[in-house]
Amino acid sequence: MEPGLYHLLAIGAVLFFTGIYGFFTRRNMISMLMSVELMLNSVNINFIAFNKYLWPGTLGGTFFTVFVIAIAAAEAAVALAIIINLYRSHQSINVEVAEEMKY
Amino acid sequence: MNTTNLLLIPLLPLLSFVLLGLTGKAYKAKAGLVGTLLMLLSFVIAVVTASGYFFNEGLQNGQYQQLKPFLMPWLSFANGLVIEMGLLVDPLSMVMIFVVTFISLMVHIFSLSYMKGDERFHVYYAFLGLFTFSMLGLVLSSNIFQIYIFWELVGVSSFLLIGYFYQKSSALAAAKKAFIVTRFADLGFLIGILLLSSQAGTLDFLDLINKLTTPGDTLTSALATTFLGFSLLSWGLALVFMGAAGKSAMFPLHIWLPDAMEGPTPVSALIHAATMVVAGVFLVARLYPVYAFSGAGFVHFIDDVGAFTALFAAVIACTQTDIKRVLAYSTISQIGFMMFALGMIPADPNGTHLGYTASMFHLFTHAIFKALLFLGAGAVIHYVHSNEMKDMGGLRKKMPVTHVMFLLACLAIAGIPPFAGFFSKEEILLAAWENNPAIFWMALITSGLTAFYMFRLYFSIFWNKEHEGHHHHEKEGDVFLLAPLVILGIGTIVAGFVPFSQFVSFDRKPFDTALHLQFSIAPVLVGLSGILLAAWMYRKQSAVPDNLARNMGGLYKAAKNKFYIDEAWLGFTKGVLFNLIAKPAAWVDRNIIDGIVKGTGSGMEWISYRIKGIQSGKVQQYGLFFLFGVIIIVSVYIFKNVPWR
Repeated sequence: MEPGLYHLLAIGAVLFFTGIYGFFTRRNMISMLMSVELMLNSVNINFIAFNKYLWPGTLGGTFFTVFVIAIAAAEAAVALAIIINLYRSHQSINVEVAEEMKY
Repeated sequence: MNTTNLLLIPLLPLLSFVLLGLTGKAYKAKAGLVGTLLMLLSFVIAVVTASGYFFNEGLQNGQYQQLKPFLMPWLSFANGLVIEMGLLVDPLSMVMIFVVTFISLMVHIFSLSYMKGDERFHVYYAFLGLFTFSMLGLVLSSNIFQIYIFWELVGVSSFLLIGYFYQKSSALAAAKKAFIVTRFADLGFLIGILLLSSQAGTLDFLDLINKLTTPGDTLTSALATTFLGFSLLSWGLALVFMGAAGKSAMFPLHIWLPDAMEGPTPVSALIHAATMVVAGVFLVARLYPVYAFSGAGFVHFIDDVGAFTALFAAVIACTQTDIKRVLAYSTISQIGFMMFALGMIPADPNGTHLGYTASMFHLFTHAIFKALLFLGAGAVIHYVHSNEMKDMGGLRKKMPVTHVMFLLACLAIAGIPPFAGFFSKEEILLAAWENNPAIFWMALITSGLTAFYMFRLYFSIFWNKEHEGHHHHEKEGDVFLLAPLVILGIGTIVAGFVPFSQFVSFDRKPFDTALHLQFSIAPVLVGLSGILLAAWMYRKQSAVPDNLARNMGGLYKAAKNKFYIDEAWLGFTKGVLFNLIAKPAAWVDRNIIDGIVKGTGSGMEWISYRIKGIQSGKVQQYGLFFLFGVIIIVSVYIFKNVPWR
């Protein structure tokens, strides 16, 4: 069976909700960062799928995907910097430890 | 008419105020000299201007001109209403600038000695400059709105100077009292201005007088529109008179003036005797044609108020023991004279308006001899450090110059020829005799009382017992203290011989007044008997005054307590105003207005206290909120076309 648009969208959706689940259930910030990456990549899959099946011959979706990968790299760099600083100040990378900024 | 000179007259004192107010500390003891020199310059220019007007350019075709050499729009409103600032030159304003600058200069010089060593010396001179500027602006005003502005400015400078010794709580209370009482009267003045100017359609004095005195549409409509049985014109005039009565301390608004004596004595001489308190008389004189022709019914009210105030204040003055308070009540009484003289409108339309000239003449002479009395009292107070008569007595050998000058002024105010007060008072009495004999008799009694209380004052200070103070080493005073007394003393002698009716008259045409010798006999005799009575009672220490006071019983007690007018006002404000108006208003303010404001605040606090938990500091919780938010928004977009919506 040839894989079609719906298959790809299904993979995207599964990846996305896996990411969301991970983001809200993990307390470890590295895991949360990985979850965010999962969500971004599910978006990339959607872009590629729509580009291939709905507007074949154009490059819009592909370009967008390249942008998203670039931004994800930058975001990972910033997030890792934050994590390192968090570890330095709290000796932990558990998000629940860092909750001083409240009412 | 040199406009620059005319403008400089009020602006030089203003310069003194600004200079001393901003940088006065740097001058230290020289601050007084700076103020005095600027005042001297202003006085010289005023004399040159006034004499130029009277002897040279003012008189044309047998009538003094009314000129407006300076006029500029100040506030222009969209609907064509323009409020102007201008200078009005006519005999009235020229006489007034002379009086104001002259007395102010004397007070400036006197204060150099009197206030020497005071910590806020420069502030004192700055305030004097502010007052002189405002008073000159007031007398030169060309429209009724401008006069209101300066009217309030003299009010505030009076407030500042009464409260000059602000460490004394009585001075603070007196300053507040003066300000509030005159403000209350000025409320009437403002409404009166609005009424008159809206009827006449102009603010300018000359236009206003012209429109409200010549028959025409304006006058007809102003007379035809009535409110509570009186025409709008009468209401306007009555309300303006209320403002004038407040400033000029007419009964029952006189209560602030005796308390105003808390200020430094030279200030009392300048503001509360010679210039500011006669502003009310000046205002009525300014609008005299309107009062004379349009409000014929109303002038009798002015007569009655003036004559009653004169008598009433004279009675109180006989019983006071604080020498400044005696002078204060004497001032109220003399202003009463000026005020009722203004109400002496001849029944015959072509008759001479002698009352108008007499009133202004008395204003002129009174300014000189009353300033002298106050400055003399100031010298005495400076010497014995007390205001009370019982601390004085026998000072004639210690203070020879003050003694002679004070005697001159007392003779002048008692109406003994040939001193200044005689001439002006005779003219007032003559005007009263010709127009309203009842008032004449009241005025005659009042002048007898005047002679009595002034000489009671004189004998108590300079004769009576021997002086027992510890001031033997002290000199009477330096040249700055005595020179103004001597100059004013000379003024008291010569001012009466000024042919005043040649300068100031109702139709601005010079006319001659003759002394009627037979007429003068009665007032002079009354005055002399008052003096003799005072001499008998107070020349030597005796039991007569005390016995008399005991025999008078209730009357003496009532007069000594100023006829309980202060208490009546206090009862009125506390009982009626506070309970019926102030307290309900305060309740509304506290509970409803404040309730809304505070309710808003505490409501917000209540809500925020309950929802602050949302900001938990947990990143994942925020993320969850964000997710649900996005889901809701996206759902709305996706399902917005579903049938049930």
